[in-house]
Amino acid sequence: MSFDVDVRWRIGRRDFHFAFESGPGLTAITGPSGVGKTSLLNVVAGLLRPDAGHVTVAGERLFDRARRIDVPPRERRAGYVFQDARLFPHLRVEKNLAYGQRDGSGLGMDMDDVVAFLRIGHLLRRWPSTLSGGEAQRVAIGRALLSGPRFLLMDEPLGALDAERREDIMEVIERLRDELELPILYVSHDRAEVDRLADRVVTLRETKNR
Amino acid sequence: MMAILTPEEIGIMALSLRVSLLAVLLCAPLAFATAWLLARGRFPGKLALDVLVHLPLVLPPVVTGWLLLLLFGPSGPAGAWLERWLGVTLVFRWTGAALAAAVMAFPLMVRSMRLALESVDVRLENAARTLGASTGRVLRTITLPLCLPGIAAGMILGGARALGEFGATITFAANIAGETRTLPLAIYSALQAPGGEAIVMRLSLISIALSVAALVLSELLVRRSGARKGAHEL
Repeated sequence: MSFDVDVRWRIGRRDFHFAFESGPGLTAITGPSGVGKTSLLNVVAGLLRPDAGHVTVAGERLFDRARRIDVPPRERRAGYVFQDARLFPHLRVEKNLAYGQRDGSGLGMDMDDVVAFLRIGHLLRRWPSTLSGGEAQRVAIGRALLSGPRFLLMDEPLGALDAERREDIMEVIERLRDELELPILYVSHDRAEVDRLADRVVTLRETKNR
Repeated sequence: MMAILTPEEIGIMALSLRVSLLAVLLCAPLAFATAWLLARGRFPGKLALDVLVHLPLVLPPVVTGWLLLLLFGPSGPAGAWLERWLGVTLVFRWTGAALAAAVMAFPLMVRSMRLALESVDVRLENAARTLGASTGRVLRTITLPLCLPGIAAGMILGGARALGEFGATITFAANIAGETRTLPLAIYSALQAPGGEAIVMRLSLISIALSVAALVLSELLVRRSGARKGAHEL
């Protein structure tokens, strides 16, 4: 089991409760906007603490309210690719890539491998603000891969891109899915995207207030 | 410049700059820590800390000076401890003037550092955390570099405030020529003396020039940090 998630939390007067299990490969998370897809990724990454439940990824308990387990985000080894790429604006591309670099990761990819895999060698000396959306997203994926992740979280990585760039990044994601043995949680509300990429689809529904 | 100013005026200016520089150096680390707590922390008593920090801003400076006398005077708890263990006396010394200036500059510094910290996108800090960075590393490599211009602006603003400090200084450190008589105190003394108008005018012009320079510099730094979040050209 790659993902075993059953979590509840409350923000203001709204209740959230999501539960799913999923095998290896790419699991797409879909659902209407505002339902809590991004929050769910933040819960898995450890950036948002649920009130109850558990999060297990690839056999490791990351959060368990009952057993008082709450692994801090920096030790969860999530490769989180944000919708807005979220590159550090004061660091050049190569420093961004190296920020979380961890040697001897399970992926066995070093800087050269990642740069070649994503074809971003020509961008290394650039500042993030000079990159196009597609370029920034490639760098963000590279930064996540180099941190030695045990799983990937991708939050609408194609959201801000035009059609041509989407195709480009979509191919990268397909190769990630097929060539690396990393479980991926992939948030999207685009039907075609999900059909093409997902091994399994989890649709989130509005949680009824208790 | 040297030809225009008398040696006495140069001495006053040098003393003032020395006092406010020490005040800024005393103040900055504590101000940054406080600003960070107020901007990022979630703890009970945050409102109380906020109020305490801002107290010197609204309290009559003479009251602040008197409180400093109680605390740091020869028979005050902190003063006695400093005297006994470190051999440091603050009352009637330029270091005491620096302490008074530091206390008065503190709220201004905390305010602008807090604004600078709050302008840093928490989502960038979160991204760094998912990449394995500890709280200390996030602070050092993400937060601090991104708000550095704002921090510098806060220090300059605090320095300018320290340069103009009067009430707390004269209460705590007194008005001793060559030791604690900074620019504002010298202006006050000259006003008391018959025929001192010319000196008052000259010292006031120096004060105005220093203050304007500090404000312009800090404003430029704040603008630069704003521009930085937009385009970051090569």
